[in-house]
Amino acid sequence: MQVWTDVILITVVLTNLALTGLSSLGTCIRVMALQGVLLGLITIGVQREQLSLHVLVLVAGTVAIKGFVFPRLLKRAIREAAIRQEVEPFVGFASSLLIGSLALPFAIWLTGRLPHLDAGVSPLLVPTAFHAILIGLLLIVSRRKAVTQVLGYLALENGIFVFGVGLARQATFLVEMGILLDVFVAVFVMGIAIFHISREFDHIDTDQLSQLKE
Amino acid sequence: MVAALFLIPGLAGLTAFVIRPDGMRRALLLAVALAHAGLTTRAWLCPPSPALDGLLRLDELGLLFLSITSVLFLTASFYGIGYLRREAPGRRKDFEDGFLFVNAPEAVFTGCLLLFLAMMTLVSLSGHLGLTWVAVEATTLASAPLIYYHRHHRSLEATWKYLLICSVGIALALLGIFLVAVSATDSTGATVSLLTDELVRRGSQLDHAWLKLGFVFLLVGYGTKMGLAPLHTWLPDAHSESPAVVSALLSGALLNCAFLSILRAYQVLAAADCAAFGQEMLVLLGLISMGVAAVFIVGQQDYKRMLAYSSVEHVGILALGVGLGGVGAFGAMLHAVNHSLTKAMLFLIAGNILSVYGTKSCRDIRGALCALPVSAALWLAGFLAITGTPPFGTFLSEFIVLKSALEQGRVAVAVLYLGFLGIIFVGMAGVFLRMAYGRSSWTLENQPGREPVLSLIPPALLGMVVLGLGIWIPAPLLDLLDRAAKALGGL
Repeated sequence: MQVWTDVILITVVLTNLALTGLSSLGTCIRVMALQGVLLGLITIGVQREQLSLHVLVLVAGTVAIKGFVFPRLLKRAIREAAIRQEVEPFVGFASSLLIGSLALPFAIWLTGRLPHLDAGVSPLLVPTAFHAILIGLLLIVSRRKAVTQVLGYLALENGIFVFGVGLARQATFLVEMGILLDVFVAVFVMGIAIFHISREFDHIDTDQLSQLKE
Repeated sequence: MVAALFLIPGLAGLTAFVIRPDGMRRALLLAVALAHAGLTTRAWLCPPSPALDGLLRLDELGLLFLSITSVLFLTASFYGIGYLRREAPGRRKDFEDGFLFVNAPEAVFTGCLLLFLAMMTLVSLSGHLGLTWVAVEATTLASAPLIYYHRHHRSLEATWKYLLICSVGIALALLGIFLVAVSATDSTGATVSLLTDELVRRGSQLDHAWLKLGFVFLLVGYGTKMGLAPLHTWLPDAHSESPAVVSALLSGALLNCAFLSILRAYQVLAAADCAAFGQEMLVLLGLISMGVAAVFIVGQQDYKRMLAYSSVEHVGILALGVGLGGVGAFGAMLHAVNHSLTKAMLFLIAGNILSVYGTKSCRDIRGALCALPVSAALWLAGFLAITGTPPFGTFLSEFIVLKSALEQGRVAVAVLYLGFLGIIFVGMAGVFLRMAYGRSSWTLENQPGREPVLSLIPPALLGMVVLGLGIWIPAPLLDLLDRAAKALGGL
């Protein structure tokens, strides 16, 4: 079981690196969908006891929302807003990829600085989570399009999710579903906002959103 | 009973989306505001029992912030009825750039307003760290459409920044919650629930290193939402672009909800004997917020932005008060009440001024005392209140915070605190006095008509309460503030 969890965690790291280097928005969204499915698998992988109904519902919810609903929502937002299918970064792809790769040793170093943890989970789990969070922040600040910022937000959220399923297993079912619902509504509302931005400005470049300042 | 407090506005909010006649929807808004106030009053008289295994419960802190929210929503909804009547449907001209825009459908506005109330109520009722997170994020989502009520590019920009910055901030708070959960896992792997009361009870068993790390993330995450500098960047935009009713609720009620979430984390930290660690950070962020606010208030041209920066200043005072601890925690609780009421009053009056003058630039407004005698008089009273001039309640609470700093011999903190308050007083005085006095730019012919009563009574009442609190604090409120401060390890 441990081996498979490690394989999945490494795949998550690779999907995050792909997000920093890919230039096509459609592919980025598909990678994000893959990551959603992987998160569901991790949730199963870290369970030490028998799978309970509660875990299965959570996994099904995660896979359905992150793997299928979000990609559809984002694709729809792109189609309706007639956005060009390019990512358009402030920071180039090569540099983004380099920063993304350097974030990995940094995440491992960060994990080493934390107090020792003997929770019986894969040692890769915490670095993967930190890496995803760093990639998420990188995508949010270095990409021009509103859609890519939402992708960054999702990567960040996924990183936190990995951390949560691995180490913090005491959230009650109601709260876990609430968290999932919140993220769902957040992306839904952001999708609507993207649609309005494209109609108002004829594009969704957030660097044009700069009238309000001192 | 506890559940009813947030179910009523929640369900009413969903219903409001589908109600067609405007009159019915507005009546629903008022009815829910009154029902909410009624239920809150009942909670004062007989404390409700917890529900859902302690997920929902109302303690001292919760009741204090719930009452603030309830009072503000009640006054804001009366003001809102008048506001919605004045907002004619169809295309309107933007006063800054002259283009045409439409408003969001009123059903969406009312529905989101009620859902916003439901979620803020849930924050004050929540007895579980995770549920608090869910509710705080939900307040962001419910209030984003409210900021985008006037559908033009400036409000859209403000909405996008608000959505993204707050969502990312709150996501970091979720990481903080997981870190706290790790600190609550003992060596055998057995887990403790994340119920706040449970965590506080088992405070001594929590792992300090993980807990401190968790608190940092929670403080940064909710601090973003609360508007603590340097995480406040969304706040001036969102407050200046949203309608008066929404600005009043954002500043008066929403920032407090985020503050309450920080206080929950602080309670857990204090129970584990790490209070000093949290206090240092709160004092530091509090002073930074006041300093940043002072810099941006001096020379500010836009009076709504000025009020927004003043909110940054006051959340700084709240953080500082709790950070100083002792009697300062009491001062912070009292200040939360005073600031909320004063700021809501000022934003509502700013709405009156904006609707008549059609500009947010204070350079273009002179002699409001002639054109809008009542609003301008309240505007001046609000200025005295917000800058902490006696005999307003804000003077009392700011003085208590100062006293607490001096009692602990923290002279540097006290000097900075007084210095920032002084600079802000001078900066705000310039704007407020200029706007109120001088020769009116109105000639007799285009003198605006009588000011609508519904837009005057709510802010006037808020102002009177703040004045009253400066002179005499009723015994039940004093008792509640006392207990709230004790829950934070103060007094």
